[in-house]
Amino acid sequence: MLELGQKAPDFSLPGVDGSTVALADLLKDHRAVVVIFSCNHCPYVRAWEDRMVAIQRDYTGQHVTLVAINPNDTTRYPDDDMEHMKVRAAEKGFNFPYLRDDSQEVARAYGGTHTPHVFLLDAGGVLRYRGAIDDNYDDPDAVQATYLRDALDAVLAGEAPATPTTPAVGCTIKWK
Amino acid sequence: MHIQFLWWDECPSHPEAWQRLQDVLAELEVDAQVERIHVTSDEDAERYGFPGSPTILVDGADIDPGALRLPSRLTCRLYYQENGRPSPLPSRAMIRQAILAAQRQYPAE
Repeated sequence: MLELGQKAPDFSLPGVDGSTVALADLLKDHRAVVVIFSCNHCPYVRAWEDRMVAIQRDYTGQHVTLVAINPNDTTRYPDDDMEHMKVRAAEKGFNFPYLRDDSQEVARAYGGTHTPHVFLLDAGGVLRYRGAIDDNYDDPDAVQATYLRDALDAVLAGEAPATPTTPAVGCTIKWK
Repeated sequence: MHIQFLWWDECPSHPEAWQRLQDVLAELEVDAQVERIHVTSDEDAERYGFPGSPTILVDGADIDPGALRLPSRLTCRLYYQENGRPSPLPSRAMIRQAILAAQRQYPAE
């Protein structure tokens, strides 16, 4: 698994908008990149999706981008294929790239285990936070700890996040 | 009343779902037989008609009427709360309604 302080592996993956998105290009234009292993079918992802959109909206002005990557096996979980991803991104109004990791090589390189699983990279592509978005998948009004927002605020201030890792909570990645 | 609680351990919401079920049974003072079924394979999912974890059946009926449209498979289950919010957990209200409906069907028990 990618460890804190390590430089994240580059990737270049197809997105729902027909473009190919490379981490190297995202790092050129942003002060932080939030890689989230995600998918369509998982109810934990569904529960957190609106919060992902809200985080992107709130941090766009600070040159932060989220990028969601779906690595799930589509043979057993066909609702995670690119066509369904396009529909999901449109339905939810994703304001960040949503990419397909068909070979699962990116998920393996990062050590992603769940959807969602967050990897926050600083402007140099170095891992600064890894884990969950916050501490309550079920009820956004009952969140006590906003892990990702707190980590973003720290990284943007040039500081180390106070809580640099938390357990990923969600569905396991569906490996081939 | 016979209640079945089915779960797959790769979905972490099952302990909270179990607690909600226990809370509702206590609140309604229902003395039910609760059977816990650990689903571990696609074959299990097919055998039990398991649409995802967690699943609660009350006298054989799913607490979510929408489950009739769901295929059987080893996955985490999506519920919708009363306000339309998606969640990996059934709400207490959904569990309560299902148990009350079963009580109405067999009031002599």
